Amino acid sequence: MSEPKEPNAPIDAAKSVTEGRRPETVHSDSGRKPEMVVPKGRIMPREDRLAPPAWEGGRSVAPNADGFSTIGKRNRKVEGLAKVTGRAVYADDITLPRMLHAKLLRSIHAHARIVSIDASAALAMPGVHAVITGKDLPVYFGIIPWTEDEQALCETKARYVGDAIAAVAADSELIAEEALRCIRVQYEVLPAVIDIDSALEHPEWQVNEKAETGNISKQVRLEFGAVDAALANSDEVVEGHYWYEGSTHAPIEPHCCVAEFDATGFLTVHSSTQVAHYLHRDLAKVLGLPTQRVRVIQPTVGGAFGGKSEPFSLEFCAAKLAMITGRPVKILYTREEVFYAHRGRHPMRLHYRTGISKDGMLTGTDAKVQIDGGAYSSFGLVTTYYSGQLLGAPYVLPTYRFDSTRVFTNKPCCGPKRGHGSVQPRFAFECQIDKLAERIGMDPIAVRRKNLIGESTRTVNGMRVTSNGFPQCLDAVEKASGWKDKFRRLPYGCGIGVAGSMYISGTNYCIYPNEMPQSAVQLKLDRSGRATVFSGCSDIGQGVDSVLAYIVCEELGLTLRDVRVVAADTDLTPVDLGSYSSRETFMVGNACLDAARHLREKIAATLAERWQCGKGEVVLANGVACCTSEPREKAMTVREAFQLAEAKHGTLGSVGWYQSPKLGGDYRGGTIGASPAYSFTAHVAEVECDPETGQVRVCDIWVAHDCGRALNPVTVEGQMEGSAYMGFAEAILETMEYKAAAPGHAFGLHHGPSLLDYRLPTSLDTPRLHSIIIESVDPEGPYGAKEAGEGPLHPSVPAIANAIHDALGIRCDALPFSPPSVLGMLRIGDARAAWEAARAGFHKTGAR
Amino acid sequence: MDSTKTVCHLRVNGDAHTCAVTPGTTLLEALRYALALTGSKQGCDKGDCGACTVLIDSHPVLACITLAMACEGREIRTVEGLAAHGRPHPLQDAFDRTGGAQCGFCTPGVLMSAIALLERDPAPTREAIAQALSGNLCRCTGYTKIYEAVELAAKEMRERA
Repeated sequence: MSEPKEPNAPIDAAKSVTEGRRPETVHSDSGRKPEMVVPKGRIMPREDRLAPPAWEGGRSVAPNADGFSTIGKRNRKVEGLAKVTGRAVYADDITLPRMLHAKLLRSIHAHARIVSIDASAALAMPGVHAVITGKDLPVYFGIIPWTEDEQALCETKARYVGDAIAAVAADSELIAEEALRCIRVQYEVLPAVIDIDSALEHPEWQVNEKAETGNISKQVRLEFGAVDAALANSDEVVEGHYWYEGSTHAPIEPHCCVAEFDATGFLTVHSSTQVAHYLHRDLAKVLGLPTQRVRVIQPTVGGAFGGKSEPFSLEFCAAKLAMITGRPVKILYTREEVFYAHRGRHPMRLHYRTGISKDGMLTGTDAKVQIDGGAYSSFGLVTTYYSGQLLGAPYVLPTYRFDSTRVFTNKPCCGPKRGHGSVQPRFAFECQIDKLAERIGMDPIAVRRKNLIGESTRTVNGMRVTSNGFPQCLDAVEKASGWKDKFRRLPYGCGIGVAGSMYISGTNYCIYPNEMPQSAVQLKLDRSGRATVFSGCSDIGQGVDSVLAYIVCEELGLTLRDVRVVAADTDLTPVDLGSYSSRETFMVGNACLDAARHLREKIAATLAERWQCGKGEVVLANGVACCTSEPREKAMTVREAFQLAEAKHGTLGSVGWYQSPKLGGDYRGGTIGASPAYSFTAHVAEVECDPETGQVRVCDIWVAHDCGRALNPVTVEGQMEGSAYMGFAEAILETMEYKAAAPGHAFGLHHGPSLLDYRLPTSLDTPRLHSIIIESVDPEGPYGAKEAGEGPLHPSVPAIANAIHDALGIRCDALPFSPPSVLGMLRIGDARAAWEAARAGFHKTGAR
Repeated sequence: MDSTKTVCHLRVNGDAHTCAVTPGTTLLEALRYALALTGSKQGCDKGDCGACTVLIDSHPVLACITLAMACEGREIRTVEGLAAHGRPHPLQDAFDRTGGAQCGFCTPGVLMSAIALLERDPAPTREAIAQALSGNLCRCTGYTKIYEAVELAAKEMRERA
């Protein structure tokens, strides 16, 4: 076991990664790229993988060309048929006997002290069973243990329009809603801060008492190398001001939970969460129950994207009301309430200065970032670090500095949305590269190729990079998009742009410090020939339950229909930290591989003894076990093999776990952004713009993504396409605007908390999406796999911005690229002349 | 608010049902909570997302803004009625094979819109599919795999016919 650690404690990275079974690192301080040797990781593909011969006993064993029977095939998902037949059970599909329905009363003011709450009229209504307020749930909670600043219901003041104040449990939702109208709240309205500037200008109008000072939620200032000198010595320096608009996840399933409290004092909460384990801990804490008397079950979740990755008011309120009434209680958020629960993309204002040499080598970046956090901390401490920790990647950036400040404002709280904290700096930096390339007359893809970090290396801020398929990603999108025939060659109004990114496959550290595994799996084999996998992992549609099944099939020779997955139930499954930071495939995949190989070893040993052959000759694939040297004589079904092994070893079960090696930079915060593996993505976007209306139509996005190895190409492509779609939506359509709740009131009411007013792209808006999988086979990922769920979002926005520049000669540095914004840009200066100059400059240098 | 309940006769997926509803009960509420047909989903509160799409007399309709009482005497079809004899409909099977359903929450509504399309156009172009599904928001797929699923199903249904 490793030593106790705090997330921000300095760690000697070079030393720690050589410990135990961890990869060895040779860290060199000289030269641009420290060399690193990455030997076998803790869990790796079997070296003795053999292509089993066809078995003529009635069933064929037909693995892929690379020797895999299940991995890499375009398989179904384990829960797929349940979903398409309407049988999958989501939280709101659960109805329990005597179940009550609860509703939350929400603040109508952006900032107000709660003077008094009179719920007597509501309580007197027929059909109303209980009313609770902040006094009933006073314990503070928060996903990050260092910034616990939320209460399930506001006790003393409301901090945004929509902040929860009271909850009513009644026979029906209608009665609960009527009862809400009868609760009298006396407010003392306070001045509200509604954006970054007013938050900084008015520290005395403090939103959140747990702030560092005034309205400062978190400040981070980190510097790597001599930035100022590097910029001063650069041939070209580009300065850019960027605005990244906020956006929300908008999963189609609204948050919902059902709580039941039984006669023995045991609480069960079914919730549409993506972090059952963290919810489990916080429920116990806030409700004052022993953790072992609380069970959290995650039913099928209808989309999350980070929007369900922390506890919310509904879970605490439903649980408390169930405890008070002794009856099950359901809370289903309305769509409007989902907008108030939010935790979406942080709006960020970014000021960058980036330097380059005339031969195309990046020299450094000086970044100043201001982050609008909304009313609470959420993951904000981490967000503030992420706003700079992956800034340079996937390029060599020899020096850089970022100075980031997150502020509290009287708006719904921002948090982790797909690509948490790093999508915004990616946008700014990829636009900077495009501008620098133009300055020095280079092709923007060529500039990116000049600055590749490569594999088995370490970034300037101490992030260890193992596998890296980014060069292949660039090659793939360049070729597929026809880049060379299009860039700076399309007619006015049409353009093409490129961008790249690198993203984590899980964070190295748990949110709360502990020494236990980050992921675990229990595996049970049945003599019927079936395997059951138990894991706390959280499938939110990305397919992690299926990943477990594929791995078990591959290792134990089963077919998919013979594997059952039991997941995300804290009573039945070992802890996995949940579905966030793109950690599931890598971490729980490795845990599952660990468990499956323990059992495979026992079965292979049993068969080797029986057949008098070497263990390495035993193959399990597609329901069949055989010996490769005599496949006709020495063969049986996997079921028979299980029975033989059970007779020899007793009941067959195993556990597997994963804990990442200690990684990260040797400085405070150096663990944030540290990951056992990074994915890489390149996008090319092609746009058609109307210079008369400012309308931008994104026609095509080519997405090449290095996921290490695609355990199922269908689901990997699905993640790539979904990510590109979501990035496109942020670039062109989605905004989080706020207005005055009433004349004379402070701003702070969401302008349109509905799926009509908040403009999600429909099928008619969405570009053609072309996904190209790149497999770099990571040395530590399960079969070499890395993440695919978040990385492919990052380049969407800058690729589109850069394409608009190629089309119109304007630089869209502020989101969204909507008609008013684009038209406004076109009216400043002479866009056409800038467009012609960019072309002329590019062709003059011979498009190097 | 009138909370008096009256008897409502609904014909859903060929089965005759009787349930008690108020005048304000929507078809979605009746299906989900009175008949326990929870396949149709509620994603918004007012007809924006399409997750509740069902077929009424073969036309796709938003069940969350349709009153249950208005559906008496009509033929209602939901996602639960697509599979026949325990076997998934070719469209459902195609969605499963192509990854057309990620989180699956919009899927029942998407399937019903797609069925309505395939019943009137057995060989739709991708543009026609996009048009037919433009009232069904999907937040997971970027729609690409959904198009592939509908195209695959259309091809297999034509071959089978």
